[in-house]
Amino acid sequence: MRGLVYTRYELLRTFRNRRFYLFSFGFPLVFFWLLAAPQHNKIISHTGLTYAAYYMVSLASFGTMASMIATGARIAGERQVGWTRQLRISPLSVRAYFRAKVLTGYAMAILSLLLLYISGALLGVSLPAGRWLAMTGLIAVGLLPFAGLGVFIGHLVNTDSVGPLMGGLISILAFLGGTWFPITSGFLHSFGQFLPSWWLVQARNVALDGQGWDARGWVTVAAWTAIFAAGAAWAYRRDTGRV
Amino acid sequence: MTSPAPVQAEGGIRLEGLTKTFSGPQGPIHAVRGIDLSIAAGETAAMLGPNGAGKSTTIDMMLGLAKPDSGTVSVFGRPPHDAVNDGLVGAMLQTGQLIRDLSVRELVTMMAGLYPDPMGVDDALALTGLKDITGQRTQKLSGGQTQRVRLAVAIVCNPDLLILDEPTVALDVEGRREFWSIMRDFASRGKTVLFATHYLEEADANADRVILMAHGRIVADGPTTEIKARVGRRTLRATLPGVDPAKLAELPGVASADRHGDAVILTCSDSDQTIRALLERYPEAKDIEIVGAGLEAAFLELTGEPDIDESAVVVQ
Repeated sequence: MRGLVYTRYELLRTFRNRRFYLFSFGFPLVFFWLLAAPQHNKIISHTGLTYAAYYMVSLASFGTMASMIATGARIAGERQVGWTRQLRISPLSVRAYFRAKVLTGYAMAILSLLLLYISGALLGVSLPAGRWLAMTGLIAVGLLPFAGLGVFIGHLVNTDSVGPLMGGLISILAFLGGTWFPITSGFLHSFGQFLPSWWLVQARNVALDGQGWDARGWVTVAAWTAIFAAGAAWAYRRDTGRV
Repeated sequence: MTSPAPVQAEGGIRLEGLTKTFSGPQGPIHAVRGIDLSIAAGETAAMLGPNGAGKSTTIDMMLGLAKPDSGTVSVFGRPPHDAVNDGLVGAMLQTGQLIRDLSVRELVTMMAGLYPDPMGVDDALALTGLKDITGQRTQKLSGGQTQRVRLAVAIVCNPDLLILDEPTVALDVEGRREFWSIMRDFASRGKTVLFATHYLEEADANADRVILMAHGRIVADGPTTEIKARVGRRTLRATLPGVDPAKLAELPGVASADRHGDAVILTCSDSDQTIRALLERYPEAKDIEIVGAGLEAAFLELTGEPDIDESAVVVQ
């Protein structure tokens, strides 16, 4: 009950702060239209997907990933002004606090995803309802590691470094994950498959054949979720002196 | 921490054998070196001392924000964490601003929503004089308004114990006056209040009791008047040729008198009485100057050693 009140205002605050709109909404939308619109019905080689379908999911991955990591910037900001300490002397439980942060990240991500889906549909991406849902589900699961990553960096770094760190992480993870162009062979291909962003982008395969990840995808996402969740717990304890 | 205690709002606050040491770049910092203290329910107590005296660390331990190395804290018969969860404690920490992108009312409503038995949001806003700015965004408030919103956040849970850690440091004279008048209003509802301050005047005007801290210890503890007499000395300087210092020492409120050439220097326990008597008997006295002796001097007297951070000690 109490956690709900907190979550409600957390959402309100987040959507009022337009600073995060750029990475979560603006950037992915602009690049989607720039990259996909000129030849939206053409098939990208090696993928079997049209430009519209490929970049719809790629840039949705970018936007949703940015939405989740932006949690880190919000936490770092609250730590800097001493608000985290104020919350710690309230009955709000640590669990409810984290839940609100993660839910807020997902709310941003869902909005980002919807904007890209609508843009994709406008450029001719047409899927059976079941595949839209399956793709959305896969992206939601693929975002779990980034939920942990957001909380982790939020309690690890200060507000001065959180911006560059977020920007750098998002850029590298998006590039190696195959957001900008298909990575089909070589070192980048082998290496990329160990990254959580790779599997987020791979959710696009649902559009092609209705198939999601293979076992390797699920294991990779689960492993990164565990790693970042442990990192988040460690950083929180270190930050607050709680053991 | 301690074993579960019966749920009752009596017993006030008890600190026993509290110590806390931090590791610093130049070795360990003994922030709190053994504090025993009890504050009765309904009391308004001031913790007075310079920076580094251990006030904030003690407060952190009372709130459960820091874990004592040894000793126990009991707030109305329970450990700090339980007291916080039961909504018995509200606090304004020393450092802290507000989170942005909410209105004053929204922020206070959000905080009220976290507690089991809060006071009405309107009550909290009225009590803290925020009625006219409930719709303002928190990032657009003045310093005085921000502190009053922080106070509203601290009291909206309707706590039995209110803790304020140097709440008026950044405020101007008018802001201070407003702030303390709100605090006294709240205290008059039978609440227990503990505040930390650098300023003797604030302790004097707003507390029944002063707990004087230095070097992580309590060096004096008593009714405000008593502490004031011990630390509240002022120096009166005047140009007054040809008067025997021994006669000046007999003036009311004078602790000692001294002469340097034409200038006389009187150390006063009550400079108000002294100045009245001085001007009555020696109307020719001129260039009169009264300054607070400073807490440094008082600390030196009480602890026998100079304090770490003298610059931070001010008697208004």
